This record gives sequence, C-alpha cells and structure tokens, in this order.
Amino acid sequence: MSEYILEMRGITKTFPGVKALDNVNFSVRPGEIHCLVGENGAGKSTLMKVLSGIHEYGTYEGDIILDGEVMKFHNIRGSEKAGIAIINQELALIPELSVAENIFFGREILKNKLMDWNETNARAVKYLNMVRLNVNPQLPVKELRVGSQQLVEIAKALSKDARLLILDEPTSSLNEEDSENLLNLLRELKEKGVTIIMISHRLKEVVEIGDTVTVLRDGTTVCSMDRSEVTEQKIIKNMVGREIGSIYPKRSESHEIGDVRFEVEHWSARDVKRNREMVKDVSFYVRKGEIIGFAGLMGAGRTELALSLFGNTPGYKITSGEIRLEGETVRFKSPKAAIEKGVAYATEDRKRNGLVLLQDVKFNTTFANLNRLIRGGIINESKENNEATKLKDDIKIKTPSIHQAARNLSGGNQQKTVLAKWIFATPKVLILDEPTRGIDVGSKHEIYTLMNKMVEEGMSIIMISSELLEIIGMSDRIYVMHEGRITGELSGKEATEEGIMRLATNTEEN
Amino acid sequence: MQEGKKNGFLSGVKNVTKNYAMYIALALIFIMFQIWSGGRFLTPRNITNLVNQTGYIAVLAVAMTLVLIICQIDLSIGFLTGFLGAVAARLLLLNVPIPLTILIVILFGAALGLLQGFIIGKIGVPAFVTTLAGEFAFRGLLQLITQDKGTINVTNEAFKEISQGFLPDLFKINLFGTEFHGLSLIIGAIAVAIVILSGLRKRNELKKYNLDPGSIGGFITKMAFFSALIVSLVLLLASFNGISWTVIIVVAVTAVYHFVLNKTKIGRHIYGMGGNLEAAKLSGVNTKLVLIGVFISMGAMAGLSGIMITSRMGCAQPTTGAGFELDAIAACYIGGVSTSGGVGRVLNSVVGAFVIMSLVNGLNLVGVGISYQYLIKGIIFIIAVAIDVRSRGRKALG
Repeated sequence: MSEYILEMRGITKTFPGVKALDNVNFSVRPGEIHCLVGENGAGKSTLMKVLSGIHEYGTYEGDIILDGEVMKFHNIRGSEKAGIAIINQELALIPELSVAENIFFGREILKNKLMDWNETNARAVKYLNMVRLNVNPQLPVKELRVGSQQLVEIAKALSKDARLLILDEPTSSLNEEDSENLLNLLRELKEKGVTIIMISHRLKEVVEIGDTVTVLRDGTTVCSMDRSEVTEQKIIKNMVGREIGSIYPKRSESHEIGDVRFEVEHWSARDVKRNREMVKDVSFYVRKGEIIGFAGLMGAGRTELALSLFGNTPGYKITSGEIRLEGETVRFKSPKAAIEKGVAYATEDRKRNGLVLLQDVKFNTTFANLNRLIRGGIINESKENNEATKLKDDIKIKTPSIHQAARNLSGGNQQKTVLAKWIFATPKVLILDEPTRGIDVGSKHEIYTLMNKMVEEGMSIIMISSELLEIIGMSDRIYVMHEGRITGELSGKEATEEGIMRLATNTEEN
Repeated sequence: MQEGKKNGFLSGVKNVTKNYAMYIALALIFIMFQIWSGGRFLTPRNITNLVNQTGYIAVLAVAMTLVLIICQIDLSIGFLTGFLGAVAARLLLLNVPIPLTILIVILFGAALGLLQGFIIGKIGVPAFVTTLAGEFAFRGLLQLITQDKGTINVTNEAFKEISQGFLPDLFKINLFGTEFHGLSLIIGAIAVAIVILSGLRKRNELKKYNLDPGSIGGFITKMAFFSALIVSLVLLLASFNGISWTVIIVVAVTAVYHFVLNKTKIGRHIYGMGGNLEAAKLSGVNTKLVLIGVFISMGAMAGLSGIMITSRMGCAQPTTGAGFELDAIAACYIGGVSTSGGVGRVLNSVVGAFVIMSLVNGLNLVGVGISYQYLIKGIIFIIAVAIDVRSRGRKALG
C-alpha cells in the first residue's frame, strides 16, 4: 500500500482549442479532508470529472491510481463501483420523489421484483441518521431546505459505500449555520474513515477544515499545503499569483453620498399559498451613490423583500407599505414597470433567471434596455456591437468576442455579464442578490471594483449577501433581517461579523 | 469552450455543410424522386406545382416558428385554416370584394389567435390543451359553415389567381435557345444581388468591430450555395409560367417575419423569453403580451393560409385543413427549431415546409398510395430531425 489512497498523475485534458488541465498531479491520503481551490476556470471541476469518469478513460492523458491500481473509468457508474461518489454544486435530486426514493434511486430495493417500501424507508433512515438529518424519509425532497437536500445527497453517497467523497462547493448555497453543520458532519465522516475531497471558494472554511489544500491555477497544480502552513492570504496568493492587499477595494476619497433616493416604509408581503407573512413591516432607505447591505440567514425574507418591491410577486400579496422613489410614491405592477422607473433587480441565480444562456454576451448585455438602441423601431446593430464590445472591455468579461454564447462562460464571467446588462440599463437603484455567489476571488474583486464605480457614477445599490465579510467590506450601511423583519441597522464601519450574526439569529448579547 | 482554429478554408466549408443538413436532405429527396419517377420530378411544370403546394404550409410554418421559439405549441391551426378558408369562400359568395374578404379573414384569424393567446397567457391554461380544444372547436365551426352545401365553390376567378396565378408575362428573355419569363428572371437576379450584398454588409459590420466574421471559405460557399439555389429555382419557374403569386406572398411573409425577429425589440423579446422565461421577465419583458402577440400572428397567418388554400382548390370543404398543424410543426423541426425553445429561423422553417411538400409531391407523382405516403413521411421526418439533432449536438437526453 502506498501512502496515498488516490493519485492522479500527469493528467492532461484538452478541449477543442483549450488545454483545461496540463500535467496535473494530485494526491490524496486516506482519511483526510483534502480541499481543492482555484479561480473559476482553473480546472477543478474538470479534474473531478476526470476522476469520476464523466470524462471517460481515453479522453485524457495520465493515470488515475486508486489503492495502487490504475483505474479506467468509462462512466460515473464505473467510479461509483470503485467507491468514489461525487456531489455536484447543482444537486442531482429529483424534487418530486421522496427522500428515500432519492437515496436509492437507480438501486431500488426490491422484493419479488416489486418495490419493498418498508425496507427502503427503514434503510433510508439509517443513512439519514449518519448525516444527522431528522426528516421523514417519505417526504418529497422539494419540501426540504437546500441545506437538508445537501445532506440527502451525502446520505445517498454513503448508501453507495463511498470511500472517497467529492463535494463540489457544498456550502455555496448554504447559510452560515447550515455550512457549519455540514463541516462538522464532514469531520465526523472523516473520523469514520471516509476520505473527502472538497472544492470550495470559501477560504475561511478551507483553512478551518482542510488537512491538505491543493491550489490549481490555469490548469496546473500550483502547490499542495499541509494544515500547519495554510493561511487565507497564502491561498489567495497562490490562486491569483499575486497578493491582493484587500479584496474589498476602497472607494475614491472624493466620493460623496447624496440625498435619499429610494425609501420603503412599513412594507409587508404575504405568501398567499402558504399563508405566511414573508416580509413584516420593513422600512429602509438608500441614498444616491450609496451601497446598503442586507444581511441575514437563508429564508430571512431578503429575496422576497426584493422581489416584492420589484413587482415580481407571483404568489405574494403586498399587505401594507409604501415605496418612494425620489420623493414620488410608486408601486410597481411588474418588473417592466420597475425597470422603466429605474429600479432593477439582478438575481441570485444567474443560470436560472439571470441570463439567456443560449444567446451570446451581446444579446444578454442589451436585453434589458433595447430602447437605447432603437431608431425608427429597428435595433441599430452597429451601435449595439459597439457598446457591447466597449462594456465587455470595460468590465473585463473574459471571452474571445461578444458573440460567445453565455453558457460557454465561466461563472465569474457570467456574473459580469449580468452586471453588464444592468450597467447598460442604467437604473437609479440596483438590487444585487448574492452578486458573488460561487465565483472566484479574482472575479469577486473585479465585481466589487465595478460596484464602487457604479455608485461613484451616482447609482444606488442594495446588496443582499450571505457572506458577512462581503457585507461588511462593501456596505455603507447594513440592515440585518431575521424571519421577515429588520432586526437592526449598522454602519459599515462599525459592523462586526459577530454583531451581524447576533441580529441575524435574533439573539441577545451575552 | 472555445472552438478551435476555425479560419481554415476547408473547415469553413465543413462548418457550412453541418449547418445545412436540411438542404442535403432536400437534395437527396430530389435525386430520389427524379430517378424513381423517370425524370418527371424535376420538370418546370412539377416544380411550379410543388412551390405552389408549399405556399399555404410555408406561411403557417413561419408563424409556427415563433410559437415554438417561445416554447409553446399551436395544434388548432389545421382546422382554423380550414375554417377561415371557408369563411373566405362564404364572404365571396356574398359578393364581398376580394381585398375586404382578405382583410376580414386575416383579422378574424388574428382575433381567434388573440382569444387562444388570452386563455394561455392570462388564464394560464397550457397551450397544448388550449389549442387542442381550439382544434375541436374550429373543426365544428368548419363543418357548421359548410354544412348546408358540403362544399362551397368559389366562382370568383380573380380570387383563384392568388394561389393559381403568376406574375404578368410582360416579355420573354431568350437564353441558351429557351424562352424565359422575363419579369421572373429580373426578380431572380435582384434576389441574388440582395443576398450577396446583405451578406457582404454583415461581414463588413463584424470586421469593423473586430468580431470574427468566420472563414472566407465558409462565406463564399454559403453565398455560392444560396445564389445557385435561387438561380436554379428561378430558371425552372421562368421556363414555365414564371414566378407565381404564391412565391411572392411566401417571400414577403418570410421577409417581414425575419425582419421582426432579427431587427426589432419584439424579436429579441421572443428569443429571450424562449431561451429563459424567468430571465426575460426580470429583464422587463412583458412575457404575457409577447405570448399573446405570437398567437395573434399565428391566427392571422392561419387566415392567410386559409385564403391561399381556398384559392388554390377553388372551393372550401368540411375536411380542409386536417393535419396542416402537423405539417407546419414538422416543417419547423426539420428547419432546426429547437424543441426546447429559444432557437429557430423562419427561413429555415420555409425550407422545412419545402422538404415536406417535396415528399408529398414526389410520392403522388410516382403513384404511392396515401397510406404509404403517411408512413414514409413519418420515417423521413424522424430521419431528418435525427440528422439535425446529431449535427447540432442537441440530443434529447443530453
């Protein structure tokens, strides 16, 4: 037996025109938590796809050695047989099926060729206990929160007797509490002898949990560090190849915040279907040239607040409240009406409802404000090419041309395309919902710089974020929400992580 | 992922053939029937007939393209077309002038489209169900309106000209010892010029902004291909009766739709909401309004198609229109409209309609019975779409 449970040697993977992985070496010791970090496009996901057989044997160069044996996986089933389970960032559960059905999907438990439901549910409970998830196995998965769904995925992997568990950004869509639970669970699994590879952008948790940290950059291994030598600064330096003084850029000294532009008073919204008050008596304001942050845990009602203000309220009913935009009382019937008045909302889920992925960067950039290009009813394509190219260069969307389909861009560049769309639309008030979710440090820095530039030009930004450091680093003022209510307002300068967390969980100072 | 080097001449040529699988299918069908029929397929008379046969399906396919792009479907247009055609015949019987008849029928179609669009967009009944109900209802209306007579004959000769007539024979041009319809040749020449000039203009526009215009090999192949296609079609038509009014109508409708889809805001909104409905909503698209608009256009084109079919047959019958919706939908898919929405071009759907009608025409010509015709149509349809799906990497299950 060698020192390593898994060795990937000299892995090279080429896509038409792009070398995604270039002679990557990656070694994992048995029973460790091995974190894999790197900017978007560094090759982390590709490497894991090679490992799990999604990119099959023969389409890459190099060797995968598991327990001293060279593996030749032709599909994901092959790697599963060898004890490898991968849990992707986008969960692969079937929402309508029950928890138990999902756990044993594809490996149904049968008795006389028919489903054995009792055994299925009983065994599901066993695995659910292992991940400390206390739910009825007959509940449809769609009724669970994202954090619990993640646990179901892990239970599913464990039920396959996985020895090597790969998690691709498991905490990116979880709040701090669920993230902490998940990390604790991973530690427990480690104790039980499961080896874990985790891809993550949250460097804090990488430092906290990783026994070994491997950094990839531009398709090559930059370094592998032991627990004792890892720091966030070191990781960042290796990821980007340069030191970022502070990831949160300073705004120019001369920048001044203006008068109140957008004001909301006593805003309440009810979820009609569930008959629950999602937003309760919320009042806040944002001034010209100001960034305000909305902090809170998942489900605190921040997205619901934003969408109800923005006029997109399928299933919601606004029960009270008033919006004043530059002194004028308004109420938006649809997103269209809001945009026309200068209020825009950039979604937290760029793939689901942010971009038209089939269409190119140009299409997406100009989509929300085509009026700017219209002359005599016709879109002026020269002007469109010109302005889209200029914007692409200004905000550094990395793509060979504006005619690249949005689905071919990396996450960070997709997010920049979303921002390009709203810069092009020139709103007065821009609501950004989780603007940097799941993107790498370098892109984050660029997006923060962009946000500063936008407020310097007079825009008002309302940022919803679950990353406390981002909220503190970027906001002039911070509102914290808990269960639909604003529980506190802090100034950006004096806010601390602990202070926000106390308000977000609504606990007294002790 | 970026595509590799794509500026080589050969790879450019290859790229074009990949994008024009449908034309290859068309060529194969033509060759097959030419041999099978002992040379009776590719004659000026038969091609003229084929083109006119395609007309009423082509205009339906054009409007259907929009419906499919926004991820909806319209199953009602078969009998809607038949019904509106019968309304036209009725109006003519009442001596309503032709222009007014056309206007009334198209507006009536638009109104019925509005009704279905409203039910889908505002009330929220899925398009599949709404238009299935429409198909039943319009079938009933068609039978009601033709009931007392069974068949409504059109005696107005001028009306029949719409789908049976040709451009006026003003002068002849003599080429290679053959007499050609002069006006048709001139129109054909203008069409080729427009294709090449607009192609060049687009290319220059891309170059101006340093955007990759594609390989010169691909461009030349494309231009040569389309020019050859237009030239051969026009020569065939011009050696018989010339270009028919049907061709003019189809070209005009296609041009208008192409323009709207590619040059206007509503076109962008259609592609956008087809590609991602939620993103379009949050970008300020009034998606319900766009949907209703698309169904209005579908209804209006069913009206136009109804006028064309009544004019072509010289009568309206209680069964006219049966299956048109399926031909139109098939035409769109053969033309590369994505079954998951967001992608599609009206010109390609017209060519798709041409592919289908070539089959119908060819099989009739060689005397294959109607049962075998349906069978063969089904097989060719699935083969054509399979080739298209594979070559575009758009497999149903990824």
